[in-house]
Amino acid sequence: MPYFGGMPTKRKVVIIGNGVAGTSTARNLRKYDSDVEITLISAESKYFFSRTALMYVYMGHMKFNNIKPYEDWFWQKNRIDLVFDYVEGVDAAGKKLRMRSSEEIYYDELVIATGSRPRFFGWPGQNLKGVQGLVSLQDLENLEKLSPPPLKGNKDNLRAVIVGGGLIGVEMSEMLQTRGIPVTMLVRDEVFWGSVLTKDEGKKIGAHLREHNVDLRTKVELKEIKGTNGRVSSVITSEGEELPCDILGITTGVTPNIEFLKDTGLEMQRGILVDDTLQSSIESIYAVGDCAQIREPKEGRGGLEAVWYVGRMMGEVLGQRLAGKQSVYLPGPWFNSAKFYDIEYQVYGKVNTRTSEDHIQYFWEGAKNKFITVAYHPETEVFHGINSFGIRLRHEYFNKCLKEKKGVGEVISNIHKANFDPEFYKKWPAKFKADFENDTGIKVPNSLLKKLIS
Amino acid sequence: MRDKLLKEIGMSLFTICAFSFVSLSFLVDIDFKNRDLSDLIDSKHEVLANEISTLNPAPPVIMVKRLSETFGNYSQNIVNHSGISYDYSKKFALQLGNDPANFNEEFIASFFKSEFLQTKVLENTNWMIGRDWDSYEDFAQNFDEKVQYINQSVIAEFGISDTTYLLPQVMQAGAPDWLKTGIVALMIFGFAVLGGFLYALPLAFKHDGIHNDHVFHNKSQTRHYPAIIVFICLVVFYIVLYQLPAYLTNQVVLLTPVAEKLAGGASDRWFLYGFLYTIAMMTMGFKMMLKYKGNKYQQVRTASVLFFQIAFAFTLPQILTSFQLPAYDLKSAWPLEYTFFFDWRVGQYLNEGTFGIFLFGWGVLLFAVGVPLFTYFFGKRWYCSWVCGCGGLAETVGDPYRHLSDKSLGAWKIERYLVHGVLAFAVLMTVWVSYTTFTGISELLGISSYDVRSVYGFSIGFVFAGAVGTGFYPVMGNRVWCRFGCPLAAYLGLVQRFKSRFRITTNGGQCISCGNCSTYCEMGIDVRWYAQRGQNIVRSSCVGCGVCSAVCPRGVLKLENKGEDGRISENPILIGQEGVSLNI
Ligand SMILES: Cc1cc2nc3c(=O)[nH]c(=O)nc-3n(C[C@H](O)[C@H](O)[C@H](O)COP(=O)(O)OP(=O)(O)OC[C@H]3O[C@@H](n4cnc5c(N)ncnc54)[C@H](O)[C@@H]3O)c2cc1C
Ligand code: SF4
Ligand code: SF4
Repeated sequence: MPYFGGMPTKRKVVIIGNGVAGTSTARNLRKYDSDVEITLISAESKYFFSRTALMYVYMGHMKFNNIKPYEDWFWQKNRIDLVFDYVEGVDAAGKKLRMRSSEEIYYDELVIATGSRPRFFGWPGQNLKGVQGLVSLQDLENLEKLSPPPLKGNKDNLRAVIVGGGLIGVEMSEMLQTRGIPVTMLVRDEVFWGSVLTKDEGKKIGAHLREHNVDLRTKVELKEIKGTNGRVSSVITSEGEELPCDILGITTGVTPNIEFLKDTGLEMQRGILVDDTLQSSIESIYAVGDCAQIREPKEGRGGLEAVWYVGRMMGEVLGQRLAGKQSVYLPGPWFNSAKFYDIEYQVYGKVNTRTSEDHIQYFWEGAKNKFITVAYHPETEVFHGINSFGIRLRHEYFNKCLKEKKGVGEVISNIHKANFDPEFYKKWPAKFKADFENDTGIKVPNSLLKKLIS
Repeated sequence: MRDKLLKEIGMSLFTICAFSFVSLSFLVDIDFKNRDLSDLIDSKHEVLANEISTLNPAPPVIMVKRLSETFGNYSQNIVNHSGISYDYSKKFALQLGNDPANFNEEFIASFFKSEFLQTKVLENTNWMIGRDWDSYEDFAQNFDEKVQYINQSVIAEFGISDTTYLLPQVMQAGAPDWLKTGIVALMIFGFAVLGGFLYALPLAFKHDGIHNDHVFHNKSQTRHYPAIIVFICLVVFYIVLYQLPAYLTNQVVLLTPVAEKLAGGASDRWFLYGFLYTIAMMTMGFKMMLKYKGNKYQQVRTASVLFFQIAFAFTLPQILTSFQLPAYDLKSAWPLEYTFFFDWRVGQYLNEGTFGIFLFGWGVLLFAVGVPLFTYFFGKRWYCSWVCGCGGLAETVGDPYRHLSDKSLGAWKIERYLVHGVLAFAVLMTVWVSYTTFTGISELLGISSYDVRSVYGFSIGFVFAGAVGTGFYPVMGNRVWCRFGCPLAAYLGLVQRFKSRFRITTNGGQCISCGNCSTYCEMGIDVRWYAQRGQNIVRSSCVGCGVCSAVCPRGVLKLENKGEDGRISENPILIGQEGVSLNI
């Protein structure tokens, strides 16, 4: 780094990407080190915003300003310099970044938090106008341009097809419907989100989507995209059917944003390989968030986990490390959440898509749009995890159960403590406990006694 | 299609009714011909009564002016006849020979005709007798200033002293009988409510869940022209209601039969206001019920505020009145009910014997024991979003505007100064007024308690709570008053912040920082700030409306009353990551 005689300039940490991972790194670093210079670069938006909330801007629940978690003065107050520009490449030897429109930026330590972009599978016609994913602000702006203006109705009778039923697919479908655009959703698996949900769950959610007028097609894939005048006009499915459409949403997953690092000499697979200190193969370069791939993931966890929480937790760890603390990235039991139209979904621990020798599941339906799957080991009865739909559960409770490897009976016997539904909601735990005991034959300790006392 | 049609029909009905309601002030004549005014105007003012009955019929906007002129002329005549007429000065100077030294009791007795006038002049100008004056002009100027006080006494004695009070009543007497039958009221209010219901009905056909689609696309919810129109209408309504009530004569008399049934008396502007308030809350409360179909907390809470408004705020005081008891809204607590310790009210309680003592004791218990105790157990929500009328209006009529509250740190700062400032003002005023009430002395530290109360009444009671508090819904959100102005909210908030079991629990690490909670928090609390750090929300201003929890797409927030342990987490650690060691 440049050295202008006399006093050495301050140590400088540069972070590429101001998503949740980059921002959490910067915030934690500043919290524990008031001296270091911090630069946060993004080519997407000057200020950090919540990617998970993009849909709400389109639907008019919020404005862009509302999805910025911090007010604009926050960055200056915390002396985090914001740079709004694209990084074209990294010169690891010279410790500097090549920028698209501004001067080179030197760093002492570099954090790569460049997130991901939609994954396209090389379909014929995928570059036509109207074919897009939903990850960036620019994606949102493009979608807005393709859509009829809000509250005016779908006068041109636009139609949409969404490929891939995952979380972003559902969000996109919900979004488009608020503009009156009918949606057909193509899903490869037998049920909706079959790569994550059990069959029972996938069916229920599928039915819910259909209730919301989504034309859900399971076991159907995209074969070809056709267009007229450079804009998408229809798709051909794996069954040979031609579906006319003006908007084609591609939500078949995301892939790390790392091409600009090709010549850096970083060890990369699908993402940038890092160890549990989040350091890459090059000293003084780190990676966090969607673009970081853990070399040796903990049992039951993936190497690439493109979710909000992982980015946030990695950022916390790295920020503290860069401030000289001994933190390491050691994720606890898995958790996540989402929403399928009106059904909220939470998961704690691991519920596989199907049962196996060492993993069985109990599916329970409490009421319409309220159901739960509990997974556990058939012999040891150790609790593996829980998926809950339309019912809110307490993270703290299951985190503890999973860490202590509690038995499923015990977990369920206290499940009323985990009920996180708003007050006055119909109480479900008593019935759940009784049904579980009846249906599985597993003792739920004290369930009767407790009922009598309470 | 069906939904759009319902909404359009509903909106049209409502608009027609609103226009008809307003047009009563402009189009329907007040007519005093063949009206018996003897109940209102004493027979000794027959001349005035006759004068009034010859006025040409005119709608209130014109008649108010005519009538005040008539009152004015009458007073003028009284002054000319029995007081000191305005052209007295020449003769006065002549008789005195331009010499103040000649001004004394005998002069007064000889110059002023009636005994009453002589006494009043003497009372007011005693101090002027036998003084050294720089010049006659100096003396005359001082005397002139006193003349208006003297004439006021004359009017009070021989004419009609309080025309501001009488004028709306006389106006009512001139309102057409067909307005008083109840049929017009039924049409206007009935169809308006029906319109509101039809407008809300499409919500019933939606799936359970949160539907904030297009809130920020909707011009009437985002400070564009439709919102500005509503804003202006509301503010004008409050100004007319408080300052120019006679213009509402025709609207007030619509409710004559209701007032007679309930309270056994005539309707007045406050009855009209209470009635409008209640039906507006009912209509929009119905909408809330449908909007939050899937959310029991919201429904129960809405039912509760509706109950308290209908039963306690509106009906009970009327029934008490019909039994000749002091009209008292049992749920209204000091210092929101700032007149509680005023001398006339304390007098009222004392005059009512046991029941009055009960009311007084109830009021004291409510703010001294009820408020802190309930707030300890349930948080301030027990009052602000379950019981209170202001809160009730905000939660129903104001609900479409809740996202307009300012979430910035700056706004929070202003809020803390303002709301605690008003609390301090209310407490001080009460000290002043109670001092007067219990000692009979009107001044404390050289400031008149009557001045203090009138400043409070105008600036806080009318401007802040009324015109700004409700009028500003469409531009600043629905809790402007509750957040920045309500002294009771400040008091409840202090208890909630420092000694309460209530908190909003954040669910571990599940927050995705989406911002729905902050956006829809009517109190302008940046809920996300806490939630994304895994910290519980323990804020004095939180009214526990539960909407942050309702709109959260990830089930992160839960309103709870629980032990005080772990309620406030200053340095939260987000669940889900084990390798962070904060103490190294
Ligand atoms: C629509 C949608 C909904 C989602 N919902 C959920 C959810 O409900 N729950 C959940 O857990 N996860 C959700 N996710 C996933 C979650 O948002 C991501 O995992 C998370 O945002 C990743 O954060 P990050 O900081 O790693 O990267 P990002 O937030 O992607 O930030 C990376 C930033 O780096 C910038 N950048 C990249 N390359 C360069 C360069 N060369 N130069 C300059 N800047 C560059 C990008 O423009 C971007 O601003 C959702 C994702 C999407 C798209
Ligand atoms: S924090 Fe939540 S419960 Fe409290 S006032 Fe705001 S929205 Fe209502
Ligand atoms: S609404 Fe829920 S997820 Fe969104 S910021 Fe608030 S607490 Fe977090």
